[in-house]
Amino acid sequence: MLMDDVIKALPSFLWTDGTQWTGLAVTAKLFLYAGAIGMSLAVVLALLKVYGPKPVGWAIGTFSYFFRGTPLFLQLMLIYYGLSQFDIVSNGWQDGNAFWLLFRDAGFCAVLAYVLNTAAYALEILAGAFAQYPKEEIAAAEAYGMSRWTTIRRIVLPGALRRVIPVFSNEMVFLLHATALSSTVTLMDMTGVARTLYADTYSPFFPFLMAAALYLVCTFALLGLFRGAERRWLAFLRPRQS
Amino acid sequence: MVSSYLPLILGGALLSLRVALASLALALLFGLTNASIKLFGPSWLRAVSVTYTTVIRGIPELVMMLLLFFGGEKLFNLVLTALDLPTVEFNKFVAGVLTIGFIYGAYFTETFRSAFLAVPKGQLEAGVAYGMTPWRVFRSILFPQMLRYALPGINNNWLALLKSAALVSLIGLEDMAWLAEQAGRATQKPFLFYFVVCLIYLAITATSGGAMRWLGRRYSY
Repeated sequence: MLMDDVIKALPSFLWTDGTQWTGLAVTAKLFLYAGAIGMSLAVVLALLKVYGPKPVGWAIGTFSYFFRGTPLFLQLMLIYYGLSQFDIVSNGWQDGNAFWLLFRDAGFCAVLAYVLNTAAYALEILAGAFAQYPKEEIAAAEAYGMSRWTTIRRIVLPGALRRVIPVFSNEMVFLLHATALSSTVTLMDMTGVARTLYADTYSPFFPFLMAAALYLVCTFALLGLFRGAERRWLAFLRPRQS
Repeated sequence: MVSSYLPLILGGALLSLRVALASLALALLFGLTNASIKLFGPSWLRAVSVTYTTVIRGIPELVMMLLLFFGGEKLFNLVLTALDLPTVEFNKFVAGVLTIGFIYGAYFTETFRSAFLAVPKGQLEAGVAYGMTPWRVFRSILFPQMLRYALPGINNNWLALLKSAALVSLIGLEDMAWLAEQAGRATQKPFLFYFVVCLIYLAITATSGGAMRWLGRRYSY
């Protein structure tokens, strides 16, 4: 590959190939949507699993067991290619049903798969943090006359969310890496750009090395952000500096 | 129609398992060697190990797989051409196993490294005080105890590896996921076949979870 081709390919790796958003822009979008929605879902499901009625807890446990026990790649295939098998979905597509048409959109399906997968892992971590929350803090809240829900809202939730930051940094790196699968459902994320470039030029080194380098940079940036978050929000757990 | 594909999928399950188990063996080997280098090796070799684990864990498996599979074949053939030898096509099974083993070796390195560090130092000193050679200390004291600390991490990595191995269908290996795609297309029932494959994966993860609990009991004392 010539230097010219490399320079020409750079914009498509970062933001656009001239006609649509591609590369890093698409990866970032998928990651941010999936991360934000997945984490919010995880918080709700974890609360329901720990404090909700038993049958709800079992249902959430089954959901999490399925999504943690099967490959994300297959979950994505199940959602994007699999759902067309059902008449209700294919009829919905023919009738122009707005809800079912969403499942024809590769971006929507990818985000949905990542959301469910991330939520399945994160909710277990959070549920663990809720269940093992320091008893003293809860007792103190009770002594102040807080109700159960107030205690959860004011003490357990913020405290547990802070304590899981180090574990969540790993989960977020996994999510970033998971978005590389988007190229299997026709999306032009960084991996998609690399695979297209490889298919066009038949030269594997530049496309995949470039994608690898970009992912490496993103991973380190993400880890740096989380280290900052730990310094800021976990300061209260550090030994006191004299 | 549908039932005729099920034996095929089960055959694919065997291939998926073979890929995963062969990769596991390789990854354990890589991990153990690397962890030993990281802890006991000379500093230049240690730098290589640190780079390997950091870089591999910062890149998605799919990208790594495509780079090593397509790039590796091309590089190998460039060398062959330069030597005036005929070019070859990589065996997909071997290439897939090498790639996944190489990637997960980095994860196993960290597992083994922290497990080595968890063995109390006093026991190693006691071994030396008994007149054991360094190799003997490693074999009789450090290694068996390290294994106990490493087991939970090994289980987690193995499950992640098993699930990543589903990606080999993307480089054209005819594993479960690949067969599910074909069968789904032929019968117009893609959900059914992907779901069956998911259930097979669940069965494998559940079984290995049980096996790990048994191993955990066996090695804890």
